[in-house]
Amino acid sequence: MQIKNQQDFWSGLMFVAIGLGFVIFSYSYDMGTPSRMGPGYFPFWLAVCMALLGAIVTANSLRGEPAEDSAVGHFDWDILFLIIGSICLYGIMLDHLGLYVATPLLVIFCSLASHEFSLTIAVGNAIFLTVFAWLAFVKGLGLIFPLWPQPIAEWSTLAQITIPLGIVIAVVMLVRRIKGK
Amino acid sequence: MLDLLQHLALGFSVAFTPENLAYALLGCILGTLIGVLPGIGPVPTIAMLLPLTYILPPTAGLIMLAGIYYGAQYGGSTTAILVALPGETSAVVTVLDGHQMAKNGRAGAALAIAAMGSFFAGCFATLLLAAFAPPLAEVAFKFGPAEYFSLMVLGLVGAVVLASGSLPKAICMILLGLLLGMVGTDVNSGVARFDFGIPELQDGIDFAVVAMGVFGLAEIMNNLAQKENRVDITDKIGALYPNRQELREAAPACIRGTLLGSALGILPGGGAVLSSFASYTLEKKISRQPQRFGKGHPAGLAGPESANNAAAQTSFIPLLTLGIPGNAVMALMVGAMTIHNIQPGPQVMSSHPELFWGQCASM
Repeated sequence: MQIKNQQDFWSGLMFVAIGLGFVIFSYSYDMGTPSRMGPGYFPFWLAVCMALLGAIVTANSLRGEPAEDSAVGHFDWDILFLIIGSICLYGIMLDHLGLYVATPLLVIFCSLASHEFSLTIAVGNAIFLTVFAWLAFVKGLGLIFPLWPQPIAEWSTLAQITIPLGIVIAVVMLVRRIKGK
Repeated sequence: MLDLLQHLALGFSVAFTPENLAYALLGCILGTLIGVLPGIGPVPTIAMLLPLTYILPPTAGLIMLAGIYYGAQYGGSTTAILVALPGETSAVVTVLDGHQMAKNGRAGAALAIAAMGSFFAGCFATLLLAAFAPPLAEVAFKFGPAEYFSLMVLGLVGAVVLASGSLPKAICMILLGLLLGMVGTDVNSGVARFDFGIPELQDGIDFAVVAMGVFGLAEIMNNLAQKENRVDITDKIGALYPNRQELREAAPACIRGTLLGSALGILPGGGAVLSSFASYTLEKKISRQPQRFGKGHPAGLAGPESANNAAAQTSFIPLLTLGIPGNAVMALMVGAMTIHNIQPGPQVMSSHPELFWGQCASM
């Protein structure tokens, strides 16, 4: 069997996987009956429909003429990892390292994803955005969140592991990036 | 007619308070700034700036969002003309003739025509919005749960039908959206669904978060992944004023584009993209020199540009009166309204008249 439409094939599989995931999770909730639906009823059938449709999309991708221009675009794992990783790390850092340290780190880590990375621009941007965040969120909106780092002893276990780990990975990438030039 | 004038007066009185004007201006500036970035159209722009409006009062927040929208749309046209990089799908057509004009050294004129076309279309469609919305909303008022359910189904079906690409995939995406909406506390039983024991998830997934991820981050990563396909900015912008011949060719196209755009914008799902393409086709069909299209014909720029702006305005009609978002931008607007605790729909006009008419006038 040959895959005739790569895009359809993979997106179909993705829908099947998400659908099945929701089916499994919603199964743990009370189903109820169609006339008195429990919390699990609607998501369960919704997910079943989705998995079925995903299967149809996948099946269709195996039939018919090979579609033109259906290759799945090159998946840039570096970028995906860097952007999503820095955002997740930021979520943890903000509570423990505070706004003034976490924001510049986020900006510098994210900028590693760019093809035209330059340390000067990244640092400049980091300073600008930190000042902007301070102006907009602390001064302007009066939101309350930690501004300065907290003592490491008070960190949660999750933060004690992920923050040093994340920073080490990012610094290694940064050094390689600068040397690579 | 008198009613209309009264309503508009109320709207203007809201929109012209110094702070609301300031927010509208701020929104336009931010929108244009971000819209000018190649590859980032109104949708990611709004998604990114949505959180900024949290703290504003609802009217000011929506006025600012509307400002961002128009700013981003105009910003998108600017990049389309100057560097042939449309910020969004509806600006793709603008590239065809707009960029050619820029290459011919008429970039300034092209920008001016785009701006004037947009302005004229915007004014006209806003009046239309003000005139047609109340009767439509009156009908919507008689709606009960059954009608609302049908309307919702219509909205979802419309989204499926008008989505480009395969039908099953479009349905799958809608199911995915519904499933994401399942996260959080079940309204009927009060059971927290899919919360993985995280208390923050019990309120459901915030709309701004989804929008940011789907439209904002995805767009950024996509741009990052496309290496080095930059185009040089045309070095000469040229005179800003179009000459008389260009004006004469652009004006009728502009009017036709406005009418066409207004009509198509009301349809759910259609909106700006459909109307700009339709307008380009129309201009080319009725033109006496169709061969000049694609080589920098002012009509090929003015028509679509007015059409997409008119459509952008009239697509507020289904949103503000029926609560159906016509396109992704409108869906974001619904999100923005919900964040401000306003249920989009016919009630908006009666319970928040200052908001509705303020919004109309601010355009």
